Amino acid sequence: MSGILNLSRRGFLKAGALAGGGLVLGFRLAGTARAQEPAAAVFAPNAFLRIGDDGRVTVIANHSEMGQGIYTSLPMLLAEELDADWARVRVEPAPVDPAYNHTAFGIQMTGGSTTTWSEWERFRRCGATARAMLVAAAAAAWSVEPATCRTEKGEVIHDASGQRASYGSLAEPASKLDPPADVKLKDPKDFTLIGTPVKRLDTPDKTNGKAIFGIDVTLPDMLVAVIARPPVFGGKLKSFDATRATAVPGVRHVVEIDRGVAVVADGFWQAKLGRDALDLTWDEGPLATLDTATQGEAYAAQAATPGAVARNDGDAAAALAGAARTLEAVYELPYLAHATMEPMNAVADVRQDGCDVWVGTQFQTGDRAAAAAAAGLDPANVNLHTTLLGGGFGRRAVIDAHFVREAVLVSKAVKKPVKVIWTREDDVRGGFYRPRAYHALKGGLDEKGDPVAWQQRIVCQSFIAGTPFEGFIIKNGIDGTAVEGADDLPYGIPNLRVEWHQAPGGVPTLWWRSVGHSHTAFAVESFLDELAHAGGKDPLAFRLELLGDNARHKRVLQAAAETGGWGEPIGPGRARGLAVHASFGSFIAQVAEVSVGEDGEIRVHRVSCAIDCGPVVNPDTIRAQMEGAVAFGLSAALHSEITFKDGRVKQRNFHDYKVLRIQEMPEVDVTVIQSTDSMGGVGEPGVPPVAPAVGNAIFQLTGKRLRSLPFRAEELKR
Amino acid sequence: MTKLRVNGKDVTLDVSPDTPLLWVVRETLGLTGTKFGCGMAQCGACLVHLDGEAVRSCVTPLSRAEGRSVTTIEGLEPSLADPLRQAWILEDVPQCGYCQSGQIMAAAILLKENGKPDDGDIDDAMAGNICRCGTYPRIRRAIHMAAELKAGGK
Repeated sequence: MSGILNLSRRGFLKAGALAGGGLVLGFRLAGTARAQEPAAAVFAPNAFLRIGDDGRVTVIANHSEMGQGIYTSLPMLLAEELDADWARVRVEPAPVDPAYNHTAFGIQMTGGSTTTWSEWERFRRCGATARAMLVAAAAAAWSVEPATCRTEKGEVIHDASGQRASYGSLAEPASKLDPPADVKLKDPKDFTLIGTPVKRLDTPDKTNGKAIFGIDVTLPDMLVAVIARPPVFGGKLKSFDATRATAVPGVRHVVEIDRGVAVVADGFWQAKLGRDALDLTWDEGPLATLDTATQGEAYAAQAATPGAVARNDGDAAAALAGAARTLEAVYELPYLAHATMEPMNAVADVRQDGCDVWVGTQFQTGDRAAAAAAAGLDPANVNLHTTLLGGGFGRRAVIDAHFVREAVLVSKAVKKPVKVIWTREDDVRGGFYRPRAYHALKGGLDEKGDPVAWQQRIVCQSFIAGTPFEGFIIKNGIDGTAVEGADDLPYGIPNLRVEWHQAPGGVPTLWWRSVGHSHTAFAVESFLDELAHAGGKDPLAFRLELLGDNARHKRVLQAAAETGGWGEPIGPGRARGLAVHASFGSFIAQVAEVSVGEDGEIRVHRVSCAIDCGPVVNPDTIRAQMEGAVAFGLSAALHSEITFKDGRVKQRNFHDYKVLRIQEMPEVDVTVIQSTDSMGGVGEPGVPPVAPAVGNAIFQLTGKRLRSLPFRAEELKR
Repeated sequence: MTKLRVNGKDVTLDVSPDTPLLWVVRETLGLTGTKFGCGMAQCGACLVHLDGEAVRSCVTPLSRAEGRSVTTIEGLEPSLADPLRQAWILEDVPQCGYCQSGQIMAAAILLKENGKPDDGDIDDAMAGNICRCGTYPRIRRAIHMAAELKAGGK
């Protein structure tokens, strides 16, 4: 558990972190080396809160803002217990320091839809402790008992004497006090901020051009680099001729780094023209013949043999052999790029004695370590500044820190600050995709149409194998990120076997919003629908019965069915489909209403979504994440895929790597269940049910079961 | 030398005239509110106004702006910017926010030409602007609200 330190008493203020004086309060993780080194804290502002003598409350956010609203939710947690005046609360990104490590993962990072539950306790405790110290400072000044004082909107109030003091006026005296050993947190019924739809703190600057993303960082004397990378994954540079590139006006340097050839120029456009003019010869390596069709055949061949066992209840093979009726189906999903709106980029300024990096990242600890290694510096001399992220979705949580390393290596080579910018084509063709996935399913029903057997073989790459995460995520030969959502099937099927084959590597893959659930939910919730229809059962009733004691699944399923009008009459040419899926600690059901045009064009008119994520911090943030997840899931369901021919990615930009546009966006209604159950995340879990809900509706409407994503209009042409 | 007007100020630039306006605005003039998203007029993140019309600055050479007036998100006139920003804040539209400058600049053109757009008008006007976070339902609502605010403010 964290110990609480009053950093303002440790020379912290003199270090310039808070020139105006005031209370700085933070947590230090017990047992870290830094805990014994007070001096180090001077340069590592180990704090989540500053209150200036002007009364301004600054919350220091250790998690990155990538659209999920955490720059508002984290301050809400702290401000609730602090009884701050919300109008005076602002937020700033934390530097990199062990004090800011994830409470569950032990590194500084944002991901896995974990921020809110992982900081729920720590941020509230920080606010409550600060409040107690402010009260103590006021009570001492007034010579009254602290217990006779109350707090409200940034003031300590002593009703009996009518005295009140602002937090700003108390910041200095409070900074001289010891933090209380323990504080009492509010009873949730007394919350005034938590649970309310507080407006986001970051919205105003996102409407006037002032918000600064990584790509917007500009330094004096900075150059811009565009990098030529191998056209085939795993390829290596054989030789290059930079004569034509260096002749482009504005091009200052051409530098070879381990990931390719960087053209460094006064600005992006000159750098890009310079890159276009490079003469490059590559050794394309073993993936030069990679082809989507033949890769699919290889996956199918793997799936024909038994894999590593992820779950085994009863005897699926025997139950299938004895079933009254069996079904077999194959579900396939392509590689997917995250396609964040802000292409990858990073700014690095490598000097002899230190280095600064500005980057929109989800992985501060690893990025800083990699930057230090690339620069040849002690990590203590590397400052990593987290900017806003123009979308993350997992793409900015990279295990090899490649986009940071590129900037550091180029800056080191040219001895100037450098911003590396990826073009959209670099981004679409740059890898780190959601793995392609192949699911071979078999199901068995008894005479009554109840399922007695389920066998699922999954083939996909592992992006965890061979990384430092291997020991945490791969257990008994099973990569948890490959089978999640399948090996935890909530349905009461007595004979259940889930197996996994690791597909050959080479194509860089990564977590993509909802990770393994992004493909397992499509296979599982579609095939379950097949079993329901095969047994002549209503898909809702079928699920509810099989869910048994899984109350949270059932609760959201019933809520979405109700708002989505399940079982009610629907207009001609339309049908509904549903799906329910739990991921990242939250439970979500969706009912999709679709129609299909003459040409097979799929139109999703409405998605009714119900979520149980436990206690709610900001209901409007949850709604926004559910709306966004529907759009993200529909992009994958209707449009996006990365395919290969001759080792090369066929897609280039948004014209052929298509994503959802506004005219295709359905109405989304969101029911947030009032729940006191355990807290889950909201960034990712809205994505998995989208594709199966839509696919199930298409089947309901057309009788055609589409088992590959993206759904193809030609299969539905009438 | 290229002369043009940017957000009401005359500027003279010594930049290659084939440079896309996007990079001139962002790098030469330091107006980073206009974003790079695709470089081929697919996503709308770079949308600016050229003599009051929407253009994709990533494919608009500087030469096309010679002698003309460019407006970026930083210089959008208050009669459009105020209701749009107010509505964007009240509906809490942005998530990551990266595409929102382009969204607002596209919405501004719509509102200038159509005081009371319906959902179909909005979809038509905004179809060129991608948002990966999926803020589309809020963009629709905010444009309706901005239209009302603008009408009320007259």
